[in-house]
Amino acid sequence: MRRIRTYGDLEGPDRSGLGEQLALQRRRVDRRMKAVGVVLGVASGKGGVGKSFVAAALASALARGKGSAGLLDADLNGPTAPSLLGLPRRSLSVTNDGVVPPVDSAGLRVFSTDLLLEDGEPLRWRGPAAEGSPWLGSLEKGAFREFLSDVSWAKLDVLVVDLPPGAQRLVELAELVPKRSRVIGVTIPTSASKAAVARSLRAAGDRGLPIAGIVENMSGYACEGCGAVGPLHPGDAGDALARELDLPLLARIPFDAAAAACAERGDMKGVLASRAGREIAALAERLGREGSP
Amino acid sequence: MKFLCIDCDEQMSFGERQLPGDGTLAAVFRCPACGREVAMLTNPMETQVVSSLGIKIGGREVPEQPLELVRSSLDGGLDEALAEPPETSVTSPGSSPVAWSEAATGRLEAVPSFVRGMVKRIYTDYAKEHGIHEITPEIMDRARTDLGLEGM
Repeated sequence: MRRIRTYGDLEGPDRSGLGEQLALQRRRVDRRMKAVGVVLGVASGKGGVGKSFVAAALASALARGKGSAGLLDADLNGPTAPSLLGLPRRSLSVTNDGVVPPVDSAGLRVFSTDLLLEDGEPLRWRGPAAEGSPWLGSLEKGAFREFLSDVSWAKLDVLVVDLPPGAQRLVELAELVPKRSRVIGVTIPTSASKAAVARSLRAAGDRGLPIAGIVENMSGYACEGCGAVGPLHPGDAGDALARELDLPLLARIPFDAAAAACAERGDMKGVLASRAGREIAALAERLGREGSP
Repeated sequence: MKFLCIDCDEQMSFGERQLPGDGTLAAVFRCPACGREVAMLTNPMETQVVSSLGIKIGGREVPEQPLELVRSSLDGGLDEALAEPPETSVTSPGSSPVAWSEAATGRLEAVPSFVRGMVKRIYTDYAKEHGIHEITPEIMDRARTDLGLEGM
């Protein structure tokens, strides 16, 4: 059999430049993230635990504190950050430095696919749909990468990243911003939530992402009248996860109808003044003290 | 990816790239010893798998634009979501160092407005780099092939 020279045998350049282009993309992320102190991923592993609410309120509390903060809504298919923060629709300037994100009244810089889509329209990508669109995962990872590298985040003490359910984007965060990222896991008290959050946090740990701790959301129901917190969901996922993973339980946030009403109309100042919001503000302070953001 | 002319045992060199606009791609390679040419033809799925990485097949000729992958891949983005700087907005001949012919402007108007500003910026930069004073549909075709602008 004749011997055909291999790829490595040929000394001429590889015209595709694929490796170089991927390295250049990585350098763009590095350059942008150098101006960010900490990238704080907010992960849950499952939907319906109020993670986006916690991420938006936490970012808002951080922006109202001593430092500067941004919020990247990485839930590409279910973006909610602009509406939670009451951001009006307006065109975003594209400059040579990147896309200028909207800034809310507290100085929080925000980016989300919601800013790029028509009201109520789903995220749709152009491309051949045959065989289940195997390119979709790469494209969504690429979009996440561009949101990190191509948005003019400016100098931030902390960039909060609202991660979608599941571990995929968490893994991508570990890959794209390995040195500056931390994660907090948000759970509700139930055992199903505990299992999903544990999976995600273990995936984060496997990738070397430091985990700042656990937040138990909907941890009881705050009475609108007297403020007392009564039972809501069964279970003790916050405590159990903290024990099992040897992590601090950073906060217990009760379900609070007043906070929900404020979030519904995009009034984050009102959210932070509520019973639940005060817990989130205390969480922001704690993270600041402990150096996570 | 490299191509080897087996008869000559020589690495083939890149000749040209063509993007017919149907999602496929043709890249021509030539043997420097015997002159034989081969064309690598990718189907739309193969082209998309590579471009979804934000990679330009055949190498990148111009710097990556902000949110280039998102803007060139998003279907039905909000028209007024992004505003390009004024100097790259559509201008008439004579009002800019690089003018757009009526036919080229018409073709640009057919590009979804969500991505139009970026496409215009790329074509304008290409024209400036090549000393072209007026962009015509022919120039757009040439730039598209030279720069590997699939979907633009």
